[in-house]
Amino acid sequence: MTDTIGSMTTMGGGGVIPGAPGESLLVEVRDEGQLSTQDMTLNIGPQHPATHGVLRVVIDLDGEKIVRAQPVIGYMHRGFEKLAEARDYRQIIALVNRHDWLSAFNNEVGVALAVERMMELEVPERASWIRVLMCEWGRVLNHLMFVGSFGLELGAITPVFFAFREREDIQHMMESATGGRLHFTYCRVGGLKEDLPRGFLRASEQLVRIVRGRLQEYRDLLLDNEIFIARTKGIGPLSTAVAFDYGVTGPTLQATGVAEDARVTEPYMVYDRLHVPVPTGTTGDSYDRFSVLLGRIDASLDVIEQVHGRIPPGPVNVKLPKIVKAPEGETYVRTEAPLGQLGYYLVSDGKKNPWRLKMRTPSFYNISVLPRLLEGALLSDMIAILGSVFFVVGDVDR
Amino acid sequence: MESLAALDIVWLGLVLKIALVVVFFLTVPLAVGYMEHKVLAHMQARNGPMEAGIGPIKHGVGQLVADGIKFIQKEDIIPAAADKWVFALAPGVALVPVLVVLVAIPLGPGVWAEDLDAGIFFALAASSVTVIGILMAAWSSANKYSLMGGIRAAAQLIAYELPLVLGAAAVVLQAGSLSLVDIVVAQQEYAVFGIPMWYVLPQALGFLLFFISSLAELSRPPFDMPIADSELIFGHMTEYTGLRYAFFMLTEYAGMVTMSALVTVLYLGGWNPLPGIALPEGALGALVGFAVTLGKIVALTFVMVWFRATFPRLREDQLQRMSWLVLIPLAIGNIIVTAIAKVVG
Amino acid sequence: MRPNLSKAGLPKIGLFSGLGLTLKTLVTPVTTQQYPHVKPDLPPRTRGVIALMEENCTVCMLCARECPDWCIYIESHKETAPPKEEGARARTRNVLDRFAIDFALCMYCGICVEVCPFDALFWSPEFEYSTYSIRELTHEKEQLRVWMDTVPAPPELEEGAEAPKEIADGLEAARKAAAKAVAASAPAAAEPGAGGAAAPTTAAAQAAPAAPAEEDIHVEVQIDQEVFDALVAEGKSERVARSKAKAAYVRKEKARIQAQRESSG
Repeated sequence: MTDTIGSMTTMGGGGVIPGAPGESLLVEVRDEGQLSTQDMTLNIGPQHPATHGVLRVVIDLDGEKIVRAQPVIGYMHRGFEKLAEARDYRQIIALVNRHDWLSAFNNEVGVALAVERMMELEVPERASWIRVLMCEWGRVLNHLMFVGSFGLELGAITPVFFAFREREDIQHMMESATGGRLHFTYCRVGGLKEDLPRGFLRASEQLVRIVRGRLQEYRDLLLDNEIFIARTKGIGPLSTAVAFDYGVTGPTLQATGVAEDARVTEPYMVYDRLHVPVPTGTTGDSYDRFSVLLGRIDASLDVIEQVHGRIPPGPVNVKLPKIVKAPEGETYVRTEAPLGQLGYYLVSDGKKNPWRLKMRTPSFYNISVLPRLLEGALLSDMIAILGSVFFVVGDVDR
Repeated sequence: MESLAALDIVWLGLVLKIALVVVFFLTVPLAVGYMEHKVLAHMQARNGPMEAGIGPIKHGVGQLVADGIKFIQKEDIIPAAADKWVFALAPGVALVPVLVVLVAIPLGPGVWAEDLDAGIFFALAASSVTVIGILMAAWSSANKYSLMGGIRAAAQLIAYELPLVLGAAAVVLQAGSLSLVDIVVAQQEYAVFGIPMWYVLPQALGFLLFFISSLAELSRPPFDMPIADSELIFGHMTEYTGLRYAFFMLTEYAGMVTMSALVTVLYLGGWNPLPGIALPEGALGALVGFAVTLGKIVALTFVMVWFRATFPRLREDQLQRMSWLVLIPLAIGNIIVTAIAKVVG
Repeated sequence: MRPNLSKAGLPKIGLFSGLGLTLKTLVTPVTTQQYPHVKPDLPPRTRGVIALMEENCTVCMLCARECPDWCIYIESHKETAPPKEEGARARTRNVLDRFAIDFALCMYCGICVEVCPFDALFWSPEFEYSTYSIRELTHEKEQLRVWMDTVPAPPELEEGAEAPKEIADGLEAARKAAAKAVAASAPAAAEPGAGGAAAPTTAAAQAAPAAPAEEDIHVEVQIDQEVFDALVAEGKSERVARSKAKAAYVRKEKARIQAQRESSG
């Protein structure tokens, strides 16, 4: 049934309105009488407070509804994989820090593991345990950042300050061990650069207690807040099948209900001797992703507590030749970075530089699912969805 | 009651009134702004402005003064595609009505600019004119983000006018007068079963409705979707710089003060320190009453800042639903109950 | 799970717990450090700036080669010195002309510090060296020498850690010397002559145990000024002259005390 109210008036042409008196045409009804509007193309980013870094999303809007969304990446491409072909392994570890910069150590570990696997190098026990400790603290750092920034995008301006207060404490502790607050360059092929300073483990124990207590604050301010629930429940639901299709991993996948965690399914370092809880969600919407994030912080704190009493004494590195060369061959190492599964595919031709170092970074695949999530969402929901699909642009573009 | 400023020479009285309002208008929003900086900061476990000071007093007291000077010396930028006259006039159209509302609000016994017979009506009507200023700013900016922000703002402000007016209408019913001074006097004499109290208790629902609606009228969190900075940069104010932007900011803070003053007068007993306790006579009473009103205004603005620190923002359609489907029916119910109580009791 | 907000519902309890939290934080003291007035307390390993101890540098160029950014600029030339003995070949030495680190390029990875075989580069927690011109961010060796004064001692390691090689070697040497002293029947309950070897500084550990006959004589290490001046006049570097002068002093003192003992008892 055609509805003449709200039609655009044009003179001449077109059909006769059924049932109208006479045949004089004053209006032309198009599209079943819907108001004919034009889709607006809006460019979110690359400079935008909501996108974490230089991500550009081109969206076609119909009023407030998103018809089509297309992320445009590459604004932060630094040519890392090409650089890696001209750097030796210690230099690569220094550079690889810069991808997921919120949790730098987790990036370093993969490279070291790949080279050690190819060289069949035996890493001292103590080094493996300390590596796990550092990885888990890196995970806490990363997730705290997203807890804060997600609230900030939705308008809750307070949790981000609390999250950064915790991050400052953790970064200070990391600085006492590695010398850096953001880019650690602490891992080496065969172990670690140097041992922990005195007092580090005591500080770590104290900090676990403090961060755990403060997790309740984030629940009070965000997870239990009715406005937050209304903004995130049912927004951007992701089904497991779609997630698998796009290669989504990490908290985004766990929120859909799949307990896939490389620390559990394919343990590396000493994770096979640790109990790693893996929280899952149900519908994969923004609320579930956020609550999985908080659950993962709790899980990491549990792992850190387990590690505390079990670090054996001994050396933290092995005697390496002056120039570290990986023998010819190739290997693929999967680790669980905070954002998802981080893979390193190393092809070596026996020299001190790799022939090819390909990184399978989690954020790249996490944002590839954005067009599916954003289709049909409202503009305000786009912010909730972007903030809940956790990614770091350095990780996307390398 | 006779206004203290009612002198024989009418024009002198007029000048005095204008001066009073302007001074109040320029200093109290600055104080409120400073309080917002510091309270927000400490709620977020940080210090807030500390360096800018006035003379030997540090702790950031001079921050807003410094901001004002900074805004004044900025370049006046009007986007090339903008509608020049509308763009230039929009901040004024948004700001002046708020100033004008203050004329009708009594701040103490005898401390007011004008006791209008239809005070509350005038106040609510004048404060609605700011919507036009916001729409003018949004349209003339020639910016998609501004336009979207402006449309959201217009829809929101229209939606929340009704609970505001209906809440005030219940108070008018209870007090039996549209004049703000009469409403305060009525609260002074109001008692339920012999217990003196202000309208905040019998009109608790109306108080909540009016307060929430005033937050939405001011685009304060959790209703600040029109200026949601993570999505729309700054909504209708995106293209404004310098003094024009400062005017918009002043509008917001002065609006906070004005709305708090209205809530004080309507629900919290105006200048009365406690229900049942009368003020001393004469000039001392006027001063004490003025201080009491200021204290109540500050407390209410503190609550507004507290809400800003704590809550994320509501999505536009949730906001609209809340207004049309929840607040307005409740407001109408409130009026009905008040009317019945008035007739029966 | 608390009851969810229906599409147009009214606020329930979750909102109040948030309000309570912000109010509690309002009255809690703040942990902010007001930076320019209060300097941060940085741990000793902090990577602030790189310092160069020129005496230790042999211009092996390992740091410049290993730097991922190639931000270390080294220039040197070879000098020959006459042979020590007749018939030997002339000795060549690298002399450092220019050693500059371009901190505008530096990524603060620390590979240069780690790779230097002669401990010429050190980390210092200094970070306030920003300038108005990017050219001034290239620090030449004079500036790098200034940073040496700010290099802190390395922190002690966690329990269970292996001791660092310098300390481990020094302790090993002290242990051997103590065993020898016990075996060599020395009646005096004096400490072994390896004065200061147990102190965890590399300089002290380098003060090797004295000659066996003077093991029970403890001498405070000082510099024999004459020997020092003579060596410096010869053209030796200060570091070399210092250590040789110290050794000469200790030798002389021990010989004197030994002679005293023998003459008296």
